[in-house]
Amino acid sequence: MAEVTRKGFVLRRTLLMAAYLVFVLLPIYWLVNMSLQSNSEILGELTLWPQQLTWANYARIFTDSSWYMGYVNSIIYVLMNMAISMAVALPAAYAFSRYSFIGDKHLFFWLLTNMMAPPAVFLLPYFQLYYTVGLFDTHIAVALAHCLFNIPLAVWILEGFMSSVPREIDETAFIDGYSFPRFFVRVFLPLIRSGIGVTLFFLFMFSWVELLLARTLTSTEAQPIASVMTRTQTASGIDWGTLAAAGVLTIVPGILVVFFVRHHIARGFALGRT
Amino acid sequence: MNKVRNNRAWWLILPMLALVAFSAIIPLMTVVNYSVQDVFDPHTRFFTGTEWFVQMLNDPSLQAALLRQFGFSLTILAIEVPLGIGIALLMPKRGWQASAVLILVTLPLLIPWNVVGSIWQIFTRGDIGLMGWSLREVGYAYNITSSPLDAWLTIVLMDVWHWTSLIALLCYSGLRAIPEAYYQAARIDRASRWAIFRYIQLPKLTNVLVIGVLLRFMHSFMIYAEPFVLTGGGPGNSTTFLSQSLAVMATAQFDVGPAAAFSLIYFLIILLVCWVFYTLIMNMQKDRVPGGDHG
Amino acid sequence: MAEITLSQLAHSYQAQPSGEADYAIRRMDHVWEEGGAYALLGPSGCGKSTLLNIISGLLAPSSGEVLFNGRRVNELPPEERNIAQVFQFPVVYDTMTVYDNLAFPLRNVKTPEETVRQRVMEVADSLDLVAQLDRKARNLTADEKQKVSMGRGLVRDDVTAILFDEPLTVIDPQLKFKLRRKLKEIHQRFAVTMIYVTHDQLEASTFADRIAVMYDGQIVQFGTPQELFERPTHTFVGYFIGSPGMNFMSMALQGEGADGEEGDELVADGQSLVLSQAWQQAVRKALAQTDNVKLGIRPEFVELAVEMVDEEGDDRVEAFLTMVVEHSQDLGTYAIFTLQRDDLRLKARVEEGHPLPFDVAPGTEVRVRFPAQRFGLYVDEYRWEVEA
Repeated sequence: MAEVTRKGFVLRRTLLMAAYLVFVLLPIYWLVNMSLQSNSEILGELTLWPQQLTWANYARIFTDSSWYMGYVNSIIYVLMNMAISMAVALPAAYAFSRYSFIGDKHLFFWLLTNMMAPPAVFLLPYFQLYYTVGLFDTHIAVALAHCLFNIPLAVWILEGFMSSVPREIDETAFIDGYSFPRFFVRVFLPLIRSGIGVTLFFLFMFSWVELLLARTLTSTEAQPIASVMTRTQTASGIDWGTLAAAGVLTIVPGILVVFFVRHHIARGFALGRT
Repeated sequence: MNKVRNNRAWWLILPMLALVAFSAIIPLMTVVNYSVQDVFDPHTRFFTGTEWFVQMLNDPSLQAALLRQFGFSLTILAIEVPLGIGIALLMPKRGWQASAVLILVTLPLLIPWNVVGSIWQIFTRGDIGLMGWSLREVGYAYNITSSPLDAWLTIVLMDVWHWTSLIALLCYSGLRAIPEAYYQAARIDRASRWAIFRYIQLPKLTNVLVIGVLLRFMHSFMIYAEPFVLTGGGPGNSTTFLSQSLAVMATAQFDVGPAAAFSLIYFLIILLVCWVFYTLIMNMQKDRVPGGDHG
Repeated sequence: MAEITLSQLAHSYQAQPSGEADYAIRRMDHVWEEGGAYALLGPSGCGKSTLLNIISGLLAPSSGEVLFNGRRVNELPPEERNIAQVFQFPVVYDTMTVYDNLAFPLRNVKTPEETVRQRVMEVADSLDLVAQLDRKARNLTADEKQKVSMGRGLVRDDVTAILFDEPLTVIDPQLKFKLRRKLKEIHQRFAVTMIYVTHDQLEASTFADRIAVMYDGQIVQFGTPQELFERPTHTFVGYFIGSPGMNFMSMALQGEGADGEEGDELVADGQSLVLSQAWQQAVRKALAQTDNVKLGIRPEFVELAVEMVDEEGDDRVEAFLTMVVEHSQDLGTYAIFTLQRDDLRLKARVEEGHPLPFDVAPGTEVRVRFPAQRFGLYVDEYRWEVEA
């Protein structure tokens, strides 16, 4: 009797979960479906899967440098941003989690407010600033601009993870004669491995998906894939097949990243603050 | 934890501070500067004081955009928070299913925002989109380019698709942090499913939910790329949100002064709402004054 | 309330257990009679908590049956077994007040609020929680939280049994003593079956009427504290109960042709012992079956003297040895001496007023005497009774 209701319960859970996954996957499936069709098939009769499977859309992207350089540019500034954000956020988060100093609370709060600044607010000043210092249309410009929200985010997440490491560990290491840099790299960082994994995940996520700043601060040399995609809108209408293929390719790096950090996500998504 | 008082910790902060100052303080000063001046050309400008601020606050189209923005943010929060909690409760806890579901659920979060717009543009079109086509097949005259309601609902649905995962993942990791002993004790105490949720799971989710709600509020309040691609803010202005109004004002019309004043107001609203929400939650969590009776 | 019977019970955490070692509970039969106060005593990892969780229904046993009053309950989930259980670490519902926490198990079965109030006040009173009733549980100290956890177990007056899984681990020693007495009082007042898991023999013997000693997935002895002390039925019980534990000497035959022939010499860890006829026969009989034969005697019963008169014809005296004091430990009102001779090492407890001083110099020679009725013969770790 109890066994029967339990089975019904499990079945209902599985069905609901499956329903949500279908909801998540259906639009993505449709994008993949479009990307494997020619424009004439897309615009003809609606088909649930490609009748004449074609890789032409992908071939176009991989053979045209103005297309594939969009991906390269995006990946370059995302990696730059991850490196810069990590490098400055790690010591800062350590300071916030371990020491109290003049203005620490105000500083931390101010830092967090930067995450709340709408990128649209900074469009014009950024454009002018980077133009003035000669960084316009470079990868580093976008990487620096994304620091606006990514550094506060990284400090915030890392601080949570670091605070859950007992201070005695630091003290023991110093008594054992570790210098600060050696302690930090050899002892401390391995302890917050999953925190670093989660932070990198978030840094990637927010830098990879951002469009407004990336588009505004570049024109040709460092143009991100997001703005290259607007080229599919031509006078003769939208090139749906290429747009879909380009879209599919923007999802791939995300899948790779989430695959690598999948074991840390479950524990780490609470940002060390449960 | 007792922290050591040490002002030399500033040295650890300094590199971070220099960078954030470069990408936040200098631009923000520029915005403040513009907001109180009228700029004709690089050499001619007048000090205007609060004039732009007054003008912006009284601009009916911006007021409408602000209202739409609040309506949108509240709607998606009301849907995404309960739905996210529900998904988190449904997600498998171990085995390969757990990994697989985790990856699939995370997927929408890693898609560039304009691509999210494109995906839904393709998905909802009446001629080539599965959803648009299906709705028409069942007899509903679905059209996001002419019906404001359809456009609005589609954008809400897109946001739910895009962001429910964030709440679900936060809650999932919050749930994982609950020790097994709590569930065992609850079974021994003969608690119902609902009581377990209400008194064990939900309290442990408070922290992650605060983070989730703040992040979702902030990001939904700044939403730009997705509706820009999907509806372009239309039909009419029915899906024009604050960021889009601002971007148009700043880059297309070059109304630098009003745009700057508007930016500051926009920023302050977000700060204020986050602060109020956070303070409310923190006060709610405090202990009631002891001494109340329970007879 | 009910009698709890475990029949042919075994449990493994592995789906496909391949041998004895994979079992947390090895095949056992046991009966907990109605209304008793029992302790389940054993070292960590011996399967105590597993057994408790099987009784409460949190775990389903791999094989065998759990019976309440003769009725099989294997299929019943914990909420239907009507069992209360208190865990090692406090589990409180953070957002509820102490009052609501205590009322929770009653409200879950829709008890009238009047009864709830009466029961909660009664339990709060006996656990000294009245002053905290209005506080949120999250703000309590660890031991207050544990009292709340215990209170939730005690508040139900119709339970089959209350199970305690090392509930006093987080409590400081003074309060521990008080709470243990409280539990005993509550037991006497309501006569509900209580099973108390612990690894502390003192805790077990002050709480329980009868103690089940668990070792390696099995209950090796079930008896009163006195029985466990005086007649351990397994060498493990000898080691584990008492402080220090029982002395064990491995017995062997020595001399020409060690094949069990009459006349060969019996030795204990290499030392020859003079034993009475009855004991000699028993040991030889055991040695004929197996090599694992031990003589056990508690340190409390080892008699020491500097100069001991060899009283001819005193049949109480079983064996004499001359040994050397290797080390002495002064514990205030008594001392523990470690005695040594070649491979044989023994501990002896010396009370105040003994001719030997507590701080006797290491190296001092003493005469050691073992009273016969205090010996225990252990064959393959289990006790054999010897008729003297």
